[in-house]
Amino acid sequence: MNKKIYLTIIALTLLTGMIIIPENTFGEKTELLGAGATFPYPLYSKMFDIYNKEYGIKVNYQSIGSGGGQRQLLNKTIDFGASDAYMTDEQLQDAASKILHIPTALGAVILTYNLPGNPVLKFTPVTIADIFLGKITKWNAPEIKDNNPGVKLPDSNIIVVHRSDGSGTTFIFVDYLSKISKEWEEKVSKGTVVNWPAGIGGKGNEGVAGLVKQIPGSIGYTELIYALQNKMPAGIVKNKSGNFITPTIESTSSAANINIPDDTRVSITNTDSPDGYPVSGFTWILVYKEQNYEGRKEGKAGGLVNLLWWMTHQGQKYSAPLKYAPLSGEAVKKAEEVIRSITYNGKQIMGERSSP
Amino acid sequence: MCKLRSETVFNKVLYFSAITIVVLLVSIFLTLILGSLPSIKAFGIYFLFGKTWDPVFSKFGAFPFLFGTLLTSFLALAISIPFSTSISIFLGEYFKEGSLSSVIKNMVELLAGIPSIIYGFWGLFILVPIVRFIEIKLDVPPYGVGIFTAALILAIMIIPYSASLGREVIALVPSDIKEAAYSLGATRYEVIRKVMLPYARSGIFAGIFLSLGRAIGETMAVTVVIGNTNFFPKSIFDPSNTMASIIANEFTEATGELYLSSLIEIGLLLFVVTAIINIIGRYITKRIGVKI
Repeated sequence: MNKKIYLTIIALTLLTGMIIIPENTFGEKTELLGAGATFPYPLYSKMFDIYNKEYGIKVNYQSIGSGGGQRQLLNKTIDFGASDAYMTDEQLQDAASKILHIPTALGAVILTYNLPGNPVLKFTPVTIADIFLGKITKWNAPEIKDNNPGVKLPDSNIIVVHRSDGSGTTFIFVDYLSKISKEWEEKVSKGTVVNWPAGIGGKGNEGVAGLVKQIPGSIGYTELIYALQNKMPAGIVKNKSGNFITPTIESTSSAANINIPDDTRVSITNTDSPDGYPVSGFTWILVYKEQNYEGRKEGKAGGLVNLLWWMTHQGQKYSAPLKYAPLSGEAVKKAEEVIRSITYNGKQIMGERSSP
Repeated sequence: MCKLRSETVFNKVLYFSAITIVVLLVSIFLTLILGSLPSIKAFGIYFLFGKTWDPVFSKFGAFPFLFGTLLTSFLALAISIPFSTSISIFLGEYFKEGSLSSVIKNMVELLAGIPSIIYGFWGLFILVPIVRFIEIKLDVPPYGVGIFTAALILAIMIIPYSASLGREVIALVPSDIKEAAYSLGATRYEVIRKVMLPYARSGIFAGIFLSLGRAIGETMAVTVVIGNTNFFPKSIFDPSNTMASIIANEFTEATGELYLSSLIEIGLLLFVVTAIINIIGRYITKRIGVKI
């Protein structure tokens, strides 16, 4: 009897294996493997699905987090990495060969809160920093009140909610705070995880949103997409030019209408763009400049370049419906130059063609 | 002849399985030590007592997490023991058989099969508001999440482990001992209190330590409701963090050798703490066992 059960289990295991394996072994043309940021995952799945239908190239993307994407690219186990934070100079120096950054979309981080009636509140940069530093502790503090005349603010404690897991969302938010507050830069600084001076942590956007929705008087930050999809209140933030900007897809895109360096490694938080939302950032795809490594075929390298070009051009139209901010004109131009510079055996893959 | 062959094959399979487990355990331990070498070199003993965890400035001290893990686990144990012992006595003595008994028994064991992320989100949406209500009544900051909430969730999660083992050993108490006590005029309460519990206590303790081990390593459910702050808690209603949840939170995005290695050292610490508690548990279970 036992033997029978045992054999059945083995047979079933083998059967399941047979169902899964053929897809990988027989359907092989060129398959690209990527891993990294979770933030652009819904957009990438959509893009890769359509790309597969149009060109017959399968792209397998694992959303393991920006840090994981960088690590796996450095270990050369994937064709491309994806990250919400650009790699630092030290990290790039440690890499075996030159790594390129290609922007694919923009994201924004919004302030959300739980107050009676959920009024739309205006925040100045210093107020945000002081709230998250734990220096402003009451909702009816003059710093908040003065910017929101006519809004009834309760005399309750502010409970700060932040991300507990390492995240590109956190990076964009604290990068912004480091730029607008000297005290923040010295005490906390920036990273995908920081030593928070105040508040409690929730895991993931849903963790933060769950806590904010439940705790009266709390304030937290989430991705713009998450807030739009869940109809959460989002604070209006004063940007560098002195305009109060509502976080939207358009104001996020326009935050990237600034001078972008040639390697596209730029933080656009606290943007100079007068109608740009100040807490925004790029998300990048990371690839090696020289594609002939680990015995890769030229066809694979060509396929990768093709994909990158498609993502930054034709693929951009899938951003807005999924509530991602598409690249600005300036950003696309810089991305084109970076993609053109990718080589195989020292020879540019795209050559002089304007489009593959 | 054929019988002899199957005998040796059977023996070899047994040896292989046993040795594989030992090799696996030792290699996990060695991997953890190897992975945490950079952090051991950089911080030494400070790692155990340091109270700051700051990835940006590369300062890593694990004391708040060590403390948070032990506090939530022992608090959970304290909450769960009255329940699990009662269930053990109820199922092991009062209702040994019958449909009611099997319904309760299966329900308790089903608790162990619920995925921990479900416990976590159930806790976040049901338990947290209740705890917040209590906190408002007690006039402490109404976070809702924190050590107390995590301990409550953990207590529910570990009850099946100690209850099942407790039920088995209580049911195994020989009836001649019980009958002897009854014949001396003892009431049912006295028999349970003075005869059965002392007889079964080593088994009950073994179950309790098994559940403690489970509580220390629990990750997802705790991460959702503990509040995830790196401050040192001042009361049991404060948010805190545990070793398992800091690893779950930060490992995916950890960049830089020292940061990664510090997280691995926390894993090593967790491994050692679990081992120590297991050894203490064995020792106590042995000491208090009834010798016949």
